[in-house]
Amino acid sequence: MEQNSFKKGIVDGLPICVGYFAVSFAFGIFAVGQGLTWLEAVLISVTNLTSAGQLAGVPIIAGGGTFAELAVSQLVINSRYSLMSVSLSQKLSGKVKLWQRFIIAFGNTDEIFAVATANPGLVGSRYMYGLIITPVLGWSGGTLLGAVAGDILPAIVVTSLGVAIYGMFIAIVVPQIKRERSAAVCAGIAVALSCAFYFVPALSKVPSGFTIIICAIAAALIAALLFPLPRKEGAADDK
Amino acid sequence: MISKEFLLYLLVLAGTTYLVRMIPLVLCKKKIENRFLLSFLHYVPIAVLSAMTIPAIFYATDSILTATVGFAAAIILAYFGQSLVTVAAASCACVLIAELIAKLF
Repeated sequence: MEQNSFKKGIVDGLPICVGYFAVSFAFGIFAVGQGLTWLEAVLISVTNLTSAGQLAGVPIIAGGGTFAELAVSQLVINSRYSLMSVSLSQKLSGKVKLWQRFIIAFGNTDEIFAVATANPGLVGSRYMYGLIITPVLGWSGGTLLGAVAGDILPAIVVTSLGVAIYGMFIAIVVPQIKRERSAAVCAGIAVALSCAFYFVPALSKVPSGFTIIICAIAAALIAALLFPLPRKEGAADDK
Repeated sequence: MISKEFLLYLLVLAGTTYLVRMIPLVLCKKKIENRFLLSFLHYVPIAVLSAMTIPAIFYATDSILTATVGFAAAIILAYFGQSLVTVAAASCACVLIAELIAKLF
């Protein structure tokens, strides 16, 4: 069973598009507030398609930081994408060509990755293109609107939109926890670790980009040791 | 309108982000056979999303209290199998209502 419908990709990408619109709206306001023009803000969103990295990058650019500082900040914050790309590589159909991987890689965000891997079977390039294009539009459109018209929305509404992305994460995680006890254990370990990095004074100095990858690797390792997948053909796309 | 300096910054910013995503996706072309590695990769999405959500969601609004309202709404709706859009939108709406109520006091 392989999912390769462009239309299905678009449909699956819609919720991400809506969530991104809300978050990038806030990013647009932030970027202009830091002294960037609306065009610069939109260019950053179109070419990066990542929330945390952009939020960290803009003050460095606006403050005239060094290129090295900018590159290191992105490497640290975005290192989790490497892990996701390895995971996504196993989810792609064998028909996906090398040059198509170069395109799909651009759109491997937290949410697109999560939705793609939540598919029961393998996914093809056309499905991935659909799944990427709607979020890209939402992300760029939201940035543009936030940059040029950020002050038309009351602050309280912008604040409320801040939970949109997390709401989406919860909608992805909770059904899997309901299905598999092992997923619940894995999520529990990840949460405990990320709380430790947040609240334990000695650990809270670690940059948040590092903490996510440390938490994820540790939790997934423990879960893999405790609950290895059943030995069978095509175990990567079980269920 | 766009300075050369900004374009260089943009190149570094977007270039680094792209390379981090592209290199593993292009290099890992073979299907992994190792059972342990497969299990590990199976748990990566849920581990990443869980670590990113908690405790960050509780600091995503003006107060932990209103964020908790949004968190609870999302958990309940997700538990009953609602779609991504519904969960995200309802969570935002609940935070908005909570923020409005909090402003009254």
